[in-house]
Amino acid sequence: MGVGALSVWEQSSTARVMAPARPRKLAKVPFVELADGRLQGVVSSGSDIGRVYVSSVAARTYAFACSTNNNRPCGGARGVFCKHIQALVAEAVLQYGAERVARYLAVEPPDGDPDAQALTAAMTATRPVKDDSSAAAQVFSRFLRHLAYLELAPVTSPLPEMQWFPATRAVA
Amino acid sequence: MVPGDAGGGLMRGDLLADPVEGLDEALAAVDAFDGALVAGLLRPGAAQAAAVAGLAEAVAGTPLTARVAEAAGRVAGGAAGEEHFVALAAARGALLGSVHDALALRIDEAVGRPTPEEESSPAAAEDKSSQAVARPEHGANLLAAARSWLCDLARSGWRGIDHESVAGAAPVVSAMLPDPELRRRATLLDGFAAELAASCPGATLERVPVRRWADLWSRALLLTVPGSAVERSDGSVTGRLLPLGVDVQEHATAVQAQVHAVFEPADGGAPRLVRAGVSAPKPDTVVGAGLWQLLRPRMSLLGAVSEGRSMELDAMPVTAEGDLVWDDERARAGEPADPFATARVRLSAATAARVAPLDRHPVRIAVPVLLEGYAAHSEEGRLAFDLAGQRLAVDTDRMPAAGPLTPEAVAASHACVGLLRWDAGEFILQPLAVETTVRKKTVAVHAGAWAGGTTDKAGVRAEKAATDAVAVLRERAGRLLRK
Repeated sequence: MGVGALSVWEQSSTARVMAPARPRKLAKVPFVELADGRLQGVVSSGSDIGRVYVSSVAARTYAFACSTNNNRPCGGARGVFCKHIQALVAEAVLQYGAERVARYLAVEPPDGDPDAQALTAAMTATRPVKDDSSAAAQVFSRFLRHLAYLELAPVTSPLPEMQWFPATRAVA
Repeated sequence: MVPGDAGGGLMRGDLLADPVEGLDEALAAVDAFDGALVAGLLRPGAAQAAAVAGLAEAVAGTPLTARVAEAAGRVAGGAAGEEHFVALAAARGALLGSVHDALALRIDEAVGRPTPEEESSPAAAEDKSSQAVARPEHGANLLAAARSWLCDLARSGWRGIDHESVAGAAPVVSAMLPDPELRRRATLLDGFAAELAASCPGATLERVPVRRWADLWSRALLLTVPGSAVERSDGSVTGRLLPLGVDVQEHATAVQAQVHAVFEPADGGAPRLVRAGVSAPKPDTVVGAGLWQLLRPRMSLLGAVSEGRSMELDAMPVTAEGDLVWDDERARAGEPADPFATARVRLSAATAARVAPLDRHPVRIAVPVLLEGYAAHSEEGRLAFDLAGQRLAVDTDRMPAAGPLTPEAVAASHACVGLLRWDAGEFILQPLAVETTVRKKTVAVHAGAWAGGTTDKAGVRAEKAATDAVAVLRERAGRLLRK
């Protein structure tokens, strides 16, 4: 049945394109995403429970930024990736898998299966610059948009289009 | 029941293996059109124009003929407007609708199911839909914005997508999601846009999910037509609901659980196949048992499923497609009911509702079946059941991770309640529950067993992790919002 020209995956209405996020502990990095051409997210301060950092790394250039939610620059992110950005990369790899993070950021890790450390090393080796056009406000509003999903009430009217999105046991 | 069926349980596997007349021709026209969307229709080449013309030819002689032919002509000239893309999406939908109907008929024959209930009256149905169109739809500006985004996608093609073009969906989705009347459209657009975003830039994609993205694009585009997403109500039902199992669907920011069940009317009428669904938007980091936690408070039926109980319904609203629109106030827990007993005794006599024209697509096929007496075997890592010499592929990937049913349990089973589906040219079985033998005793394992909660060790751990994730998100949100 069907046409020979397309592969089974190409002919499938339920072809899996993205694996769901892998479960991870959110305390340290409550939000991470690959969006707007950046790896970006929100990192909890290790010392002050009331403080969070908004951190990002741009795809291709690896230009990085890190500042607090009150828009103060992070002291550790002067010439190199600070610990917040390192945590961001590590949690992104946990959530999405190293391969997807590497592809999005256009990082070519030296060899074999990439991990967070290898990705960070490959990016810092290019001596990326600090991104002064801080995207903090935008990342912050993306985080709020993300959180808003928790406030939307469930409904019991049918959503027939969810048939295109079957559950999967695969993880990123 | 079909007693003495040679090892095929209640289903005739041989009928599923026979070719379906006209199927290849319909799918060839769809595939050619879908191929044209890969490079986009802004400046179509000769092959693309021919593919679009082929779609128009495939619906020649139907009420769509003139509009689709005109649209194909405009596309070929690189001058297609929004209404032309909508016409092409409708033609594609009609072709896949015919594929759906042919496959559904074949399944009815194979499982020996009574033919679907007739529409109460075609005139009444028409009346309902014309009313829906006449009423000025709520959110018309958002539907127009969605349509504009989708038409731009068709022009750029999947190879032409970039972060900027895909991001155009975000404001539309954010504005639609809080409105329950627009939830259905928002959920589809959100899932589709997330997939496109993860695949940017399209120019460097190794491979394109050709059928899938054309499906999502055309369905989303048709849903921007005012009146297209109106539920056709079919009054309410009173009687006993006997659950068969739970099917879970999810994308990064939404989840839906559908309970498939047999409904026995209190007035003694024929049993019916029904579904009861509950869905919710979610942050992408809420996964696994967290999905059940979001859905559980809205539908007591999930608890009944975990406890292995029936429910008594009193005037529960139902749609013409057989979807109960669940309301906890209209349901109370009933007697214990074993899904396998329900499947063995009630399933073959239960009638299914007709599928609404817009929803007729092969992906919508999910027919509850009972299989027994098969031999399970694995081919290249894929599980299949041998039903009296006929092979039926088994999709264990669809079974929710937050549940006790594993591929290993399915492989070791001797009876299975599942959903018969069709995708990419073949019938597939999605297990909902299996019976296996443990120390000479028959043990049932249900995919949705943790829906209402669990005391299983692994399940409790998963519940705890999910509770913690949501607690952290809320706490962080609180601090950030106060600043």
